[in-house]
Amino acid sequence: MTTKAKPSKVLVIGSGPIVIGQAAEFDYAGTQACRALREEDVTTVLVNSNPATIMTDQDIADIVYIEPLTVDVLERVIARERPEGLLPTLGGQTGLNLAVDLANVGVLDRYGVRLLGTPLDTIRKAEDRKLFRQLLLDIGEPVPTSETVTTMAEAREAARRIGLPLVVRPSYTLGGTGGGLVHTWEELEAVAQDGLSASPIHQVLVEQSVEGWKEIEYEVMRDGADNCITVCNMENIDPMGVHTGDSIVVAPSQTLSDKEYQLLRSASLRIIRALGIEGGCNIQFALTPSSVVAQALPGNVPKEPRYHVIEVNPRVSRSSALASKATGYPIARVAAKIAVGKRLDEIPNAVTGKTLAAFEPALDYCVVKIPRWPFDKFATGDRVLGTQMKATGEVMAVGRSFEAALQKAVRSLELGGRSLMWEDPAWRRDGEGILERLPLKPTDLRLWALTAALRRDVGVEDLARRTCIDPWFISALQNIVDMERRLLSEDLGPRLLRQAKRLGFSDEQVGTLADRLPAQVRELRRQWGIRPVYKMVDTCAAEFEAQTPYFYSTYEQENEAESLPGPKAVVIGSGPIRIGQGIEFDYCSVHAAWALQEEGVRSIMVNSNPETVSTDFDTSDRLYFEPLDHESVMDVLENEGVALPGSEEVRYPPSVVQFGGQTAINLSQSLDRAGMPILGSSAMAIDIASDRDKFGDFLETLGIPQPPGAAVTSLEEALSVAGRLGFPLLVRPSYVLGGRAMEIVQNATELVRYLTMAVEVGQGRPVLIDKYMEGREVEVDAVCDGEGVLIPGIMEHVERAGVHSGDSMAVYPGLTLTEGEVATLVDYTTRIGLALGVRGLMNVQYVIMSDGLYRDPATFDRKASLHSTVYVLEVNPRASRTVPFISKVTGVPMARLATKVMLGRTLKGLGYPAGLWKRQHLVGVKAPVFSMSKLTGVDTYLGPEMKSTGEVMGIDHDPAAALAKALMAAGLMLPTQGSILLTIADKDKPEVVPLVKALAASGYHIYATEGTAAMVQGLGIPVAMVRKKLGEGHPNTVDVIVDGTVDAVVNTIEATATAIRDGFEIRRTAVERRIPCYTSLDTARAAIQTLLRGSAHYNVKPNADYLRGDGGE
Amino acid sequence: MTKTAYLVLEDGSVYEGESFGAEATAYGEVVFNTSMTGYQEMLTDPSYAGQVLVGTYPLMGNYGVNAQDVESRRLQVSGFVVCHHSLTPSHYDSVGTLHQFLASQGVPGVCGLDTRAVTRKLRSHGVMMGIITTQESPQQALERLKVVPAYGATDFVRNVATDSQYTWDGGPKGHAGRSLRIAVTDCGLKYNILRILKHKGCEVIVVPGHTGAEEIMALRPVGVVFSPGPGDPALLDYAVKTARAIAGRVPVMGICLGHQLLARAFGGQTFKLKFGHRGANHPVRDLATGRVHITAQNHGYAVDGDGLPPELEVTHVNLNDGTVEGLRHREVPVISIQYHSEAAPGPRDNEYLFDRFLEMVRMIRKEVKGS
Repeated sequence: MTTKAKPSKVLVIGSGPIVIGQAAEFDYAGTQACRALREEDVTTVLVNSNPATIMTDQDIADIVYIEPLTVDVLERVIARERPEGLLPTLGGQTGLNLAVDLANVGVLDRYGVRLLGTPLDTIRKAEDRKLFRQLLLDIGEPVPTSETVTTMAEAREAARRIGLPLVVRPSYTLGGTGGGLVHTWEELEAVAQDGLSASPIHQVLVEQSVEGWKEIEYEVMRDGADNCITVCNMENIDPMGVHTGDSIVVAPSQTLSDKEYQLLRSASLRIIRALGIEGGCNIQFALTPSSVVAQALPGNVPKEPRYHVIEVNPRVSRSSALASKATGYPIARVAAKIAVGKRLDEIPNAVTGKTLAAFEPALDYCVVKIPRWPFDKFATGDRVLGTQMKATGEVMAVGRSFEAALQKAVRSLELGGRSLMWEDPAWRRDGEGILERLPLKPTDLRLWALTAALRRDVGVEDLARRTCIDPWFISALQNIVDMERRLLSEDLGPRLLRQAKRLGFSDEQVGTLADRLPAQVRELRRQWGIRPVYKMVDTCAAEFEAQTPYFYSTYEQENEAESLPGPKAVVIGSGPIRIGQGIEFDYCSVHAAWALQEEGVRSIMVNSNPETVSTDFDTSDRLYFEPLDHESVMDVLENEGVALPGSEEVRYPPSVVQFGGQTAINLSQSLDRAGMPILGSSAMAIDIASDRDKFGDFLETLGIPQPPGAAVTSLEEALSVAGRLGFPLLVRPSYVLGGRAMEIVQNATELVRYLTMAVEVGQGRPVLIDKYMEGREVEVDAVCDGEGVLIPGIMEHVERAGVHSGDSMAVYPGLTLTEGEVATLVDYTTRIGLALGVRGLMNVQYVIMSDGLYRDPATFDRKASLHSTVYVLEVNPRASRTVPFISKVTGVPMARLATKVMLGRTLKGLGYPAGLWKRQHLVGVKAPVFSMSKLTGVDTYLGPEMKSTGEVMGIDHDPAAALAKALMAAGLMLPTQGSILLTIADKDKPEVVPLVKALAASGYHIYATEGTAAMVQGLGIPVAMVRKKLGEGHPNTVDVIVDGTVDAVVNTIEATATAIRDGFEIRRTAVERRIPCYTSLDTARAAIQTLLRGSAHYNVKPNADYLRGDGGE
Repeated sequence: MTKTAYLVLEDGSVYEGESFGAEATAYGEVVFNTSMTGYQEMLTDPSYAGQVLVGTYPLMGNYGVNAQDVESRRLQVSGFVVCHHSLTPSHYDSVGTLHQFLASQGVPGVCGLDTRAVTRKLRSHGVMMGIITTQESPQQALERLKVVPAYGATDFVRNVATDSQYTWDGGPKGHAGRSLRIAVTDCGLKYNILRILKHKGCEVIVVPGHTGAEEIMALRPVGVVFSPGPGDPALLDYAVKTARAIAGRVPVMGICLGHQLLARAFGGQTFKLKFGHRGANHPVRDLATGRVHITAQNHGYAVDGDGLPPELEVTHVNLNDGTVEGLRHREVPVISIQYHSEAAPGPRDNEYLFDRFLEMVRMIRKEVKGS
């Protein structure tokens, strides 16, 4: 074994924006790795385009670049920093692919950069199906029969040789994009075509399907001295056929005998050795199913081999993040240390503090992960789960029984309080055909459907045969259903209640079944002494004493989490990553925990998301891995209660609810009612801001305008309000998360349809109706200490109001704002903050209506308008999703300041004056990133409902360069030459004229639909007309997208339901062909201007340098 | 329906749970094992004779019990303490439940108790005697515990070992051609030792643990394996004597108890560990290569590294606590390991040690033939 010198400077590539298949787990991994490298005295250089990450904070890596993740940018970083090593395994597939690209174009050789951790050859072997297969065959590991193909003709031939069923897997994609299962020859055509276009190298694997077999994963580590261990294994409850990211997963495996466990473990070690990985990898296996399932599968399940190797990820992954949280073993940390030359037996086990990283964790609990899918937001999305991942996030729960872990995980999903008892109203009709009505095929609802079937006395084995899920798991669901029956029929006594709690039943479930209110069940538990105890996740099943402060609840005898002494506060986290509540809130929660510590207050984190930095065992003084519902948070608070000496009174720690998004803020009211202290803004302030009527009155007393509107509870009322305000109107339910179910309606018909179909008006919850104002939208984040309000910066949205703020590009500072407008914004924000009594963070959204053109379409130059009015759209007395962005472009650590203010410090005392913070000599552009290609059936049209999954930041001294980088990082850049399809709404036609002229002048070929084509022709510009309506001749809009004629699409429409429907196919096709599709003229304009200016002149430098205001390079 | 059962420890700790398996009272030294799989192998491992086993993994019995995964001819534990056991196991090999398995051989189990609390108790106080009962009150049980024979004073080897010599025929058919005749002393061996040796092409003859050296040598083995087994090696002078007499005549391998016997045979000492090593995740360093191997362990006693005779060299150490995990004799072909190269249950990373032993056997045989 050659010992390589430890590199003194290492480049770490982040994973970029959050998209489906690549979420917060890489912030967690990257952060851990950077800290681990720092411990080894290695200088770290980090590049990531995602500002909403802890890893891009100034104090995690030594040098931080928030720049687009492209080969060009990375080459410039390497040229400037001259790192000795590159660690490519922490940035997901993005990082790995970039490392390969950098090697391929010779950058690594040119600058003498060594690839650390995973050799280039190994990345290629693991990613190239053919090489990977050969490697496995060489070491005698069984693999399903398969062939690699690059054309449709080859795909058909291969399929005929192998036979159906088949699976198609594209090379070099993330989250399984583009692949799929093939049961019929018709399906082969569609799936293979899709897979070929998804693969950047147009290569797919056509493979014998092992659908229905058990899917087992192993997390393996290996060091440079060839020491190997497995961190843990995981069993997918959803068998082969469902992407592991979309599977419910349990750790450790539950249905494997020791022989099977060791069979796959030994294979894992052989594979990681053969690949020569120094660090961690994830290996997926298909294992022979139980005999019940085997009988239901087509053909005979062969006796030998018992397993097949399916896939290897030669890097940290979503699964390794889960394994880390499930076991307490910090995979990314250990992988980073191995990459710079440490051996496993030289790295201490940070959890026990006594043992070493060279061991295998022993679990004495069971962990269940459930994915969080976005179908609550995308009602039209295709819910069927397959090889293409669709989940945006996940939850994890820990229990001493599988049933308890599962039920806790269900509660952690935060699906509107949905427990395992939920049933779709459509299932409720009993009798004939129930099995046909229940969605037992893989969808996000299958878990509930299975339970519903058991309630209707469908047998365990019958369900196992229909779903290929191992009968053991279905038996566990049967145990839950049996308990439901007992709670329905028996008297609720201490013994029964304890048994129910041990199976993970919530007070609410027990109450529903035993005819009591949740609060009554809680009171009974108090009387009967049935309280959760907290057990430690210690990596060693209690064999050694451990230092780790990482706990989960269970109903057993001994409590290991004694109330922490001294000042302390509980930070309520933000739960699973979902659309509208992303990694930004975890970012804020982490800072809150750190700020508490800086102030000498112990931080206690409660969260349910295994992908995050907040749930890392050393982020806070104590971590409770629990669902974020009233019951679990109350249990934690009570466990942390301290009896006051000489009295019966108990003092409970205050809760921090401002950072965990809607999840945490929603808890503020019930915690307040339960008498629990809240840190910072009072529950009353929160209530005023979220209650439409109270908030309206509040603004009125301050004399601050808001768009006219009202809250209505009936159709009649709504129509009368509409008559008064005039269309268009913005309508939404009063309870809003990420603009859920928000719409713009243009006429009475649409209003009635919305009220009757979309929100089922009259169910007690009011619907809000506001005048829709299409002006400039401006956003402000602020910190208020009760005496003053600090505004770090003002952000202006590129898209006009009407596009959800989370889906808008936001520009810092507001470039088109007049001094008068800025003064008004500062004045309003300050007065609102003080009057509302905000202590901590606040976000205010404004719309500015002004006469005339407010923005020069060719430049960002402001145009002073004589008359403008600033309206307040909404106030959120909590952290917003722009807090990380604004902190990074202004250098003001907002979440930390806010936390300290909540503890009673003043802004002045912290060195920050009230008012608007000094304007930085830079421009920051935050651009949304979407995962639409993963979600078939979902419309990409931007509107008031949020659709993006992540964000990127472009930062530079010049607005054009910043915008260019944001577009580059978001994948929205237009190619320098090409063709573009225009289909423009009448209302937008005047504005599009200069853009069309500019495009034509730069040599672009214009394709357009009838009306738009006539307009273009009228300008004297050559245009190719395509048909808008499908089925009325060719070429139509979809044809030119599918056959690659056009490289981008601009599709704007009148915001009517019919117009939206008409453009659906165009937008979906564009997304599936992965070409930019602009549905907002503002975004399109930005992209076209960037194209015209050329993108060569942007800086690449550390974020700190931009903040220092250093000029160009 | 379910009956209340108690686990009562020597120090008076009482843990309440429910009875499963046989409804009976049983006592023994209470020990914990941290393996997450392999309960059937553990329960049939003779080294657990005289012990009440606590499984730290909370879900036991998920894959049922089967005909193959047995390590001896019967259940060996005195009792089994778990958090949960499955009444609805699922596995293609399963022929019954854990409950049925225990009940069929009269072994009591307790479920539903806080096994982690028990483990933490044993970790901090050390292993102690305990009793599980459905028939007695905790007080009665504690009284009875005072009069039962102490674990450390009992020779369990005599109870678990075979009475008569036999040739192992089970397991997959080995290599064709000439086979090496290996004698394995049964002080409480696990079948997987025999399966592996057979698989590696050996003719495997098992002899009772009390068999004398000459009797063993009369079988003309080319190598002898001293097996694992239960209890304090200090009670087994007869086996130590045998080991001393055989070492140096043919290559010898000692596993677990066998390792301790060999150490004692050359003048080493053994001592009782506070709570033993029982699990499938113990890291051991091979001092010759520097490599770390993950090992399966099940032992309550260990060889004292201090005061080892000079002819014995420590070859393996435990990374967690630095205890001796392997020895080699500097002059004669003797190797021994404290852990279980046969796994079952546990990682299969250490089968190479059988190869090392068999290499030694082949080399010696060549030398003998050559001379």
